[in-house]
Amino acid sequence: MRNFAALTHMRIQLTLRNKMFVFFSLIMPFAFFFLYAGIFAKGQPQVVRFFLGPVLALTVMGSFWGLSAALVMFREQGILRRFHVTPVTASDMLASSVVANYVLILPTVLFLFVLSRTIFHVTHFGDLLSSFILISIGAISFSSMGLVVASVTNTMQETQVINQLLWLPLIFLSGATFPLAFLPHVAQRFSLFLPATYLVQGLQRAIFDSAPIWQLGVEVASLAFWAVLTFFLSTQLFRWEPEVKVPRKAKLLVVATAIPFLLLGLWENKYGNIPALAQSAYDSLNGPAKSAPPPDSPK
Amino acid sequence: MANFVLQVENLVKRYGNVEAVRGVSFSVEEGEVFGLLGPNGAGKTSTVEILEGLRTLDSGSVSVCGLDPQRNSQALKHEIGAALQSTSLPDKLRVMEALRLFAGFYKRRRNPEELLKRFGLEEKRNTVYSQLSGGQKQRLALAMALVNDPKVLFFDEPTAGLDPQVRREIYDIIEELKHEKKTILITTHYIEEAERLCDRVAIVDHGKVVSLGTPRELKTRSGGTTRIEVRLSKPASDGALKNLEGVADAREVDGAYVIHSRRPPQTIVAIVKHLEAEGNELVSLEISSPSLEDVFIEMTGRRLRD
Repeated sequence: MRNFAALTHMRIQLTLRNKMFVFFSLIMPFAFFFLYAGIFAKGQPQVVRFFLGPVLALTVMGSFWGLSAALVMFREQGILRRFHVTPVTASDMLASSVVANYVLILPTVLFLFVLSRTIFHVTHFGDLLSSFILISIGAISFSSMGLVVASVTNTMQETQVINQLLWLPLIFLSGATFPLAFLPHVAQRFSLFLPATYLVQGLQRAIFDSAPIWQLGVEVASLAFWAVLTFFLSTQLFRWEPEVKVPRKAKLLVVATAIPFLLLGLWENKYGNIPALAQSAYDSLNGPAKSAPPPDSPK
Repeated sequence: MANFVLQVENLVKRYGNVEAVRGVSFSVEEGEVFGLLGPNGAGKTSTVEILEGLRTLDSGSVSVCGLDPQRNSQALKHEIGAALQSTSLPDKLRVMEALRLFAGFYKRRRNPEELLKRFGLEEKRNTVYSQLSGGQKQRLALAMALVNDPKVLFFDEPTAGLDPQVRREIYDIIEELKHEKKTILITTHYIEEAERLCDRVAIVDHGKVVSLGTPRELKTRSGGTTRIEVRLSKPASDGALKNLEGVADAREVDGAYVIHSRRPPQTIVAIVKHLEAEGNELVSLEISSPSLEDVFIEMTGRRLRD
């Protein structure tokens, strides 16, 4: 436990010394937020409130990117080897990455709330407890996904390619950039297989519809289960040495992380109401709905 | 029986089809500085990394401080200190932070301040790792190996890639540790390093120990003869010198006589007596003992260079 705390402290300290981090974790989300709030929402508090969930989700999800890169770099440079001759365990190393990441997200999250309040005059933030729980579970689960990416790739290049491949559907097909109601019917159906959708829609409902935590059971439970699964998998696949390559069966195990959301997606497609809820939230906005009607109705 | 801190028996390590270590055996006593000397790719690093618990072995057995590095890896890690090959620290980590962080991992620890002073890094305490010179990085690596006041130290190629002046600095540090009666295992491909620092040396080649002993023993055991070069005031007949005690070979080279002797003290006495009897005189005398490098060449048929 002491080793884990010491490593977490080191990771936070090192990340704060990294200028790239400051750019990606602070400037990027704010730029996004101003884009949404200024252009899409035209500064209307109710519409800004609608977009706050997706922007928070982007911040939370984006964390897997830097985390996987940092871990691969640590391995490639032989930094992990040095820790390997000490009593530090793989779980210490991995858990400290996740927790450091979580701690580093919180100021950005807080700042987004403060901006909404001071600049865009949003006065109601829905159910804050629901938001907090979803942000926490989301941060942990997407960080763990980053750990798995780091474990199954051998070089930094590979890591970045996989990150790109994961990132694009996560942000475009989950409602994080374009509202879910805005997407074609097929894309909506597909989105239900993505963990990101549950985070984005959950946060949007918490903030915009003031959904209490018990109404977000599916979102919370699926993300929490996924977090446990991916973290466990990352401890199994963890490699200290750069020259040890990924065994092929490990790549199959990774496919297993997709299974929970595959099943959930099937269920939600048949019985769920996530697209309907997204549609009604979207319809309740008067602003952008008038100027840009959804191209396809989910019903 | 001697108190063995390290024991290696018939160690074998394979990487795919390549046998990197092929039946290595040796033991290291408490307080001893033991060297694994051999060219790159001889299996030295694999051997050390198995002892450190970083790699698994394929067959044979090893014990470190009475522990099995695989089964008791957690307990073992509290007892060992290591300066690894091809390792690094995060670029933005400061010297003092690194020492504090690593000291924090252990139950038994040394004062990081004292280590900083001892390794001459006081002025660099707030410098980030990426801005240290090669020598400073290596001094930090050695300081970090000591944070837990370990029973046994592993230095894998501690001076590889350093310039000669820095290398001598590192030797001084290791010699100091030797006076403190630390048990140290060093791997190296520098003869000078093995000769200067090690109590005993195992010459390793192609994954096998080809010879093992003190540097002195290795040199005498090798059958290597001592080279005695003399200049005389009057020419002497070749035959007469060849028949002197202990002489293996004697010949004239550029006006001097080069004599190879198996027992140099007896030979020198014999030369002096012979010259006295002949009314001849010694003008100069030069003795060179066989180097560990000669021994290495003889054992492996190759020169030891990177």
